[in-house]
Amino acid sequence: MSPLQEFAPIAVLLIIAVLVAIIISIISRLFGPYKPTSRKVSPYESGMKPIGSASRRYSIRFYLVAVLFILFDIEVVFFLPWAVVFRDMGLYALAAMGVFTLVLTIGLIYEWKVGALEWE
Amino acid sequence: MLEITPNTIAFLVFALLSVGGALGVVVSTNLIHGALFLIVSLFGGAGLFVLLAAPFMAAVQILVYIGAIAILIIFAVMLTRSMTSLSEIFNRQWWISAIVAVVMLGLLLVGAILPVWGPSGTNAMLPVSDAVGTTVDLGIALVDGNQFVLPFEVASLLLTAAMIGAIVIARDNE
Repeated sequence: MSPLQEFAPIAVLLIIAVLVAIIISIISRLFGPYKPTSRKVSPYESGMKPIGSASRRYSIRFYLVAVLFILFDIEVVFFLPWAVVFRDMGLYALAAMGVFTLVLTIGLIYEWKVGALEWE
Repeated sequence: MLEITPNTIAFLVFALLSVGGALGVVVSTNLIHGALFLIVSLFGGAGLFVLLAAPFMAAVQILVYIGAIAILIIFAVMLTRSMTSLSEIFNRQWWISAIVAVVMLGLLLVGAILPVWGPSGTNAMLPVSDAVGTTVDLGIALVDGNQFVLPFEVASLLLTAAMIGAIVIARDNE
């Protein structure tokens, strides 16, 4: 099977998602009343007045969370090809992945113990 | 002449997403928008990987580049001082990146495009290599004792070292 055929369902899903989004926006714009006032387009209609700009600096602690997320994301990348074959490779493949995961779990325990997951 | 097949249509769409997204990255004056355009560009790249019969690379592109690197870049933008309304799209280093871009284009032309569509005639139909690596091959190679099981396990050490390093650097030791 050509790669394009294997990915055809995903392509269909993407096309449907894009079409539905476009159609819904067009329909609501065509048939809905559209009379914007300064109050209606404010972030919270009939709510609090926003204080300051939304684009201010965020805490550096988010960055550590993002870096740790990337590391576990890369772990998933290693899981992916393994998951395709582990049924055929049997216990050996399970053991190989077990060692891999064990080392990363030690890292996770360290992360936990040292308090990197706490917001402090 | 280019035949209109689903393959070529898909290629054109993904190429347009890739190049258009890259263009959006460099011309947008709002860095958050630039980061979002980067996601569009990377998605186009993922589609091209699918067309090149490299579905694992496509999955990695989505998982790691769109899922993690782009998020990290958006976080980095949010951590810096407000970069959402830049007045200029050039800075003092623009000529350095121009030189790098031209050199990269030259390398790609000489290394990848000329050998295939060069003056010696078109070789576009010739496969570069007979070895077609699938995700199954990669999975077997990663856990096979005769192949790459040791680098595979060492990779987990590397990831753990990176994790500990990130924690040690990012936390202030009070």
